[in-house]
Amino acid sequence: MAEMTEPSERQAWMSTLAKAPAADLARLWDGLGLAPEHEMLRAPEVGAVMVRGRTGATGAPFNLGEMTVTRCSLRLGCGAVGHGYVQGRDKAHATTAALVDALMQTDKADRVREGVVTPLTEALAAAQATRRAKAAATRVEFFTMQRGED
Amino acid sequence: MYVAVKGGERAIENAHAWLAEERRGDTSVAELSVAQIREQLSLAVNRVMAEGSLYDPDLAALAIKQARGDLIEAIFLIRAYRTTLPRFGASAPVETGEMVCDRRISATFKDAPGGQVLGPTFDYTHRLLDFKLAAEGAVPEAPEGEAKDGPVPHITGFLNREGLIQTEDESDATPPDLTREPMELPASRALRLQSLTRGDEGFVLGMAYSTQRGYARNHAFVGELRIGTVEVEMDIPELGFAIGIGEITLTECETVNQFKGSKTEPPQFTRGYGLVFGQTERKAISMALVDRALRWKELGEDDVGAPAQDEEFVLMHSDNIQATGFLEHIKLPHYVDFQSELELVRKLRREAEGQAAREAAE
Repeated sequence: MAEMTEPSERQAWMSTLAKAPAADLARLWDGLGLAPEHEMLRAPEVGAVMVRGRTGATGAPFNLGEMTVTRCSLRLGCGAVGHGYVQGRDKAHATTAALVDALMQTDKADRVREGVVTPLTEALAAAQATRRAKAAATRVEFFTMQRGED
Repeated sequence: MYVAVKGGERAIENAHAWLAEERRGDTSVAELSVAQIREQLSLAVNRVMAEGSLYDPDLAALAIKQARGDLIEAIFLIRAYRTTLPRFGASAPVETGEMVCDRRISATFKDAPGGQVLGPTFDYTHRLLDFKLAAEGAVPEAPEGEAKDGPVPHITGFLNREGLIQTEDESDATPPDLTREPMELPASRALRLQSLTRGDEGFVLGMAYSTQRGYARNHAFVGELRIGTVEVEMDIPELGFAIGIGEITLTECETVNQFKGSKTEPPQFTRGYGLVFGQTERKAISMALVDRALRWKELGEDDVGAPAQDEEFVLMHSDNIQATGFLEHIKLPHYVDFQSELELVRKLRREAEGQAAREAAE
């Protein structure tokens, strides 16, 4: 196994894998051509997470409603343990996310980062940038027609 | 008296077969896919997720298809499905201050930092039927502008700096959950907000409207309305740290309300709060108005006897699945109940007729 990666970097790739469209992850994963041996520690399981908000955005927490989440844990032959927690109900998505998480902790990390994590991160950022730009185009520019003191 | 009866199986089976056929409609018209519903009827999908209390656009779209577009029936399907899911845990409270906003407007500050961003709104449309939509055709790309980086601050934060608006109590207490324990009254604000966010849009709208018409009027301004995406984070015990587990669209409404002050509080503005899954603007504004009306006790205001101030009335009648269940059960077989009522009425009539006959004889 490679040296332990910083939690912040691992948090980032796990969050990316959680949010990425399942089809995009599947396509990039297939393109990588890796099929590492692994044993399941927790078979893919669909469940719910209660999402909380805060009263008045800043006050005490309250329960807003649940969202579907699928999780999976596995161990590679080399011993690296990967976890996948992904939005939605796609078991293949969770399994692939766990495999990517595990491989990112091995000497295959650079290949997986380049082939899967970075393209997914960039695609999510690009999609967000497009929405931001469309929102920006609807920003109101006020101009004064006439002032009352005339 | 209980009378076991059998029968009707074939009628039920045939009724369901016909239901499936009617759901499909004219087969010379292309079938609707779940993805089409998710993408093109997204506000219906949002309502089903909000009131079904489960964020999953694909499931909500499927429920709408199965329910033939009956949104309360679709919400019922989602609520039933939700109960089959194991719960992995609860998220950290979402940070709406870090929302990536599609829309963000304030009715109180024209020059709000971050600007007035209209987003994909029905506002300012002429509400004239657009017959172009009856024909298929490509839609031109929406124009793009120059986005400003960084989060958009909440408007109430500015009022807060001057101390002109009541602050929310800071707390990280675990909130009560009405899906786990029966609702107890009086309810905490956390419980009221959970109930309102999954409450029926029509009911919550009606309650909010009643406050505007004078039943516990609370002079609400929309301090801010924002729609956009937030990341949902959860602590993962096996990892020992939190990760983002998804991204959801939310609508948040903060109202700024007049408050003359009380024995303990100086005159200041108070707040009502609405936060709802999806792009659900009407619901979020309604929720904020009703939240504010229900706060009369903690703010030391008078109970004027208005329906929107009556916690029991609002919270116990806002759930359209509970209401539907009780309302619609009266159409199911009540033969035995009705038989006994029939016998009672016949008996009362016999007695009344006997009485009349005796009086006539006297």
